[in-house]
Amino acid sequence: MKPILAVLEGIGDTVLLLVRTLRHASSLPRQLPRFIDQCYQIGYATLPIVAILSFFIGGVLALQAGYSMSNFGAKEFIGSLVGLSMARALGPVMVAVLVAGRVGSAITAELASMKVYQEVDALVTMNIPPERILVLPRLAAVLVMMPVLAIIANLVGWFGGALVAHTVDFIALEPDKYFETLRRYTKFDDIADGIIKAEVFGFVVVLVCCSIGLRTRGGPREIGASVTKAVVTSLILILVLDYFLTKALL
Amino acid sequence: MSPCHQTRNPFSEAESPAVGVVCEQLSKSFGSLEVLKQIDLRIEPGEIFVLMGPSGSGKSVLLKHIVGLERPSAGKVMVGEFDAAEAETREKIRMALVFQAGALFNSLTVYDNLALYPREHRLASEAGIREKVMRALQILSLENAAGKYPSQLSGGMRKRVAIARALVQEPQLMLYDEPTSELDPVMSATISEIIATLKDEYHVTSIVVSHDRDLALNIADRVGILMEGRLAIVAPPAGLRQTTDERVADFLNPKINLKQPRFRELAG
Ligand SMILES: Nc1ncnc2c1ncn2[C@@H]1O[C@H](COP(=O)(O)OP(=O)(O)OP(=O)(O)O)[C@@H](O)[C@H]1O
Ligand SMILES: [Mg+2]
Repeated sequence: MKPILAVLEGIGDTVLLLVRTLRHASSLPRQLPRFIDQCYQIGYATLPIVAILSFFIGGVLALQAGYSMSNFGAKEFIGSLVGLSMARALGPVMVAVLVAGRVGSAITAELASMKVYQEVDALVTMNIPPERILVLPRLAAVLVMMPVLAIIANLVGWFGGALVAHTVDFIALEPDKYFETLRRYTKFDDIADGIIKAEVFGFVVVLVCCSIGLRTRGGPREIGASVTKAVVTSLILILVLDYFLTKALL
Repeated sequence: MSPCHQTRNPFSEAESPAVGVVCEQLSKSFGSLEVLKQIDLRIEPGEIFVLMGPSGSGKSVLLKHIVGLERPSAGKVMVGEFDAAEAETREKIRMALVFQAGALFNSLTVYDNLALYPREHRLASEAGIREKVMRALQILSLENAAGKYPSQLSGGMRKRVAIARALVQEPQLMLYDEPTSELDPVMSATISEIIATLKDEYHVTSIVVSHDRDLALNIADRVGILMEGRLAIVAPPAGLRQTTDERVADFLNPKINLKQPRFRELAG
């Protein structure tokens, strides 16, 4: 009974946090420097690793597809397979997982430490709502950065696939053939659906990580516990949401 | 006390009425631990009230109730005519709390720690804020620390930054949790002067938690001693010396017995 209550309480607190944060939405223009700083943090923390991972995911997709499809003489469709898989399924999930691991964990650690060392209390006594300056800029920044990251993941993944398809002996697919099928079968809607997914994942991850960080109670040991909890919760939510979003966007 | 009861801030021309604080039957428990037990206390607008008491007696918890960081288990706390537990109270009344541990923003420089409040509440232009902040830093001899981060400061410097940050908030009600505990005698005297000046010139109500007997006896209008969750005595400094309550007398003038130190009993 107790764990269920704790989960329900967590959901309730997170929804409440969202409502409280949105109430301050109009203060965003005044917080431009903070917002830009957060965009930079999110982009800077994840961009290199997003690029490396999507390159290899694209490469593996091409390799695996090339191996299977060469048998049917359908290897020019590798492009369409890599294009669609990256855009609709793997890109958004991979970016979200990386954001959870690099950005979400950092957010939870920072907010939990602010809570434990009474910085959040200090904000409250100063009549500066913590949601306004701590949560709002981060939520806004992740909404702006997720599409950027998702698009970069797609592009790098596609090129990784092209490179592998071209250089591996038993595939040896010309890049223009690869990109021709990629372009033919990957529609704008596919990319848009992927970006919608990425937006939802990123928003939920940052919200949950803020909420868990701000709900931290106790001493420094609790900061670590909160970070673990935030990352695990984020990963579970990404995969669960992925199922339902995929279904909804089919 | 002047009859007009207006707080005028050292840093601004704005005037607002001095506020008092009233605790009515205030009780607070953490689980089975009863920390505050039915406290009745009335602090007058513009008064300097010093709260003393043994470590762990609930002084910090009482301050947190006044700024609304804790909610009473029973009874209530009023600040001016507002309930301290309501969030709107902090919009109506400017309060500042100097936390016992400082509670500085670790990711901001000293300057930005002080500037955060006026910036967020848009109290002045950036130049005006600069002037306020530098003035507060000067009062606490911190001019050279403006660009440093809290982690680069000594314990006493951090405490002074916390006090400076509270000054910049231009509060009507100022709460200090052991402001002088880490400071040298000269700096402690400066803090006493600050508290007294805020009262005399600006009618700021001050509640000071302190173990510093000199500070208490010099600047307090009244002193309260909290023991085991109850106010053992509330009296002007002169009245404290005449107390017949043995616990209070022992607390204020502990006997040091070198022949028979207390811990020897424990050591067996
Ligand atoms: N958040 C909390 N949860 C549980 N117990 C608490 C909490 N805050 C304070 N207490 C308990 O309340 C009691 C009073 O604490 P408080 O911090 O008010 O003491 P204090 O009088 O300020 O002591 P000191 O002079 O050492 O600062 C202590 O026994 C403490 O353990
Ligand atoms: Mg204390």
